[in-house]
Amino acid sequence: MNAPAYNFAYLDEQTKRMIRRAILKAIAIPGYQVPFASREMPMPYGWGTGGVQVTASILGPEDVLKVIDQGSDDTTNAVSIRNFFAKTAGVRTTTHTGEATIIQTRHRIPETPLGEDQVLVFQVPIPEPLRFLEPRETETRRMHALADYGLMHVKLYEDIARHGHIATTYAYPVKVDGRYVMDPSPTPKFDNPKMDDCAALQLFGAGREKRIYAIPPHTKVTSLDFEDHPFEPSRTPKTCALCGADDTFLDEVVTDDKGGRLFVCSDSDYCEQHRAAETTA
Amino acid sequence: MSAPDAPLLLAEGLTKYYGRQLGCRDVSFSLYPGEVLAVVGESGSGKTTLLQLLSTQLLPSAGCVRYRMRDGVTRDLADLSEAERRFLFRTDWGYVHQDAALGLRMNVSAGANVGERLMAVGWRHYGRIRGTAVQWLDRVEIDPDRIDDPPLVYSGGMRQRLQIARNLVTQPRLVFMDEPTGGLDVSVQARLLDLLRGLVTELGLAAVIVTHDLAVARLLSHRIMVMKGGEVIEQGLTDQVLDDPREPYTQLLVSSILPA
Repeated sequence: MNAPAYNFAYLDEQTKRMIRRAILKAIAIPGYQVPFASREMPMPYGWGTGGVQVTASILGPEDVLKVIDQGSDDTTNAVSIRNFFAKTAGVRTTTHTGEATIIQTRHRIPETPLGEDQVLVFQVPIPEPLRFLEPRETETRRMHALADYGLMHVKLYEDIARHGHIATTYAYPVKVDGRYVMDPSPTPKFDNPKMDDCAALQLFGAGREKRIYAIPPHTKVTSLDFEDHPFEPSRTPKTCALCGADDTFLDEVVTDDKGGRLFVCSDSDYCEQHRAAETTA
Repeated sequence: MSAPDAPLLLAEGLTKYYGRQLGCRDVSFSLYPGEVLAVVGESGSGKTTLLQLLSTQLLPSAGCVRYRMRDGVTRDLADLSEAERRFLFRTDWGYVHQDAALGLRMNVSAGANVGERLMAVGWRHYGRIRGTAVQWLDRVEIDPDRIDDPPLVYSGGMRQRLQIARNLVTQPRLVFMDEPTGGLDVSVQARLLDLLRGLVTELGLAAVIVTHDLAVARLLSHRIMVMKGGEVIEQGLTDQVLDDPREPYTQLLVSSILPA
């Protein structure tokens, strides 16, 4: 099944070394965006080329890989990236959060708490949190260098002025280790608290934008807010129709064209395990 | 000289060449707290170059600018770090552009435009930021009901007044203005000038105003500098210079005002 024309995990060893150096630098300066020479991957930009390159560079033959897309193991993006590594690296894959050593994710953080022997790899579309307020790259770099982050609160101010509350629900800006403001990729803000003091290493790869950044284990991650409008992780106030969980992040699924809909856990693995535990109990 | 009487801003031999092209040559003056200095002259006389040199947006080819910081120490602005310069720019200084679109965030609400400086210096209480923004809108005669509108939907005069509010919210001691009334119609100009004059006296602001409009200079400034071909050809008290111009060029400038 292995395709012999490829090096282990698709990328050549020199490229992996270059990416590993960027990763080490990113870990040394939590939240800082390290530029790297992103490669052309056999999938389009926006499908996780950044995350795939990070995963390919840290993957070893003994690793067990899990890939999720919006929390789910069985959507197109997750399945194809999992197959990609099964084919090019021959590593064992899994859907169980607990078994995996590397989890590549498009935006969600699994509901099951992560451990010290795990690495979470995020696929990032736009790494620059200041981008929509300040289009000039030269200027945003300078703002990061000087920790000149007043502008980030302008965005939150606008939210409250328009909607009466902070209406940003995903890609909610965080401050890492009290220094760099970081875009946690478009994760729902429900997941922001999981980044704080997380035991696992969190790596972020943006392929098109050619940036890698990281949150080392047990790093302080604070969501930005106002004193009189504190950060609140939002979730739909419903329970999962399949497993009955009332503390997980839910997806809304339209079931017919008559307005029928149901809410299910976005983390498919957690939902399955929760149901299995219910039936055995 | 005791500290309160010391000059706020000192320019010494400021010279700027753009390659072989002269921007301005050997400009020296001192500006005291609460004093308003007008720089007049025709297009291309080096007024804007001078303003950009003073506000550290351009580096001089020769000469230096010194500023007395809030702690009373007078420092050469070229020696400040980038971080210090930015801090100065959004706390102790204001810069009013001729085109309000350059000084404002056009897609962000008026309230956030006024509040941006406050948030940049660490204000983190939404209610207080908004309260201060309302006060300032009121002060520059903008209906506080329009606090959530972006300047994109404001008229030219309102944009200019919003820009002024945005600059004054941190209570700066020195404001640079580049043709603050340029491009506005005459009645709006009159209202803006009236507002500016009131704010400058009330807050004891020092200001450097670049203008080609002698009426603006007469109304707002205490002292005036006339520039031509990159050099200062005449300076003195505004009334004195405008009523009794010495240089032929100044005489020409004064006599070219159309009688109302």
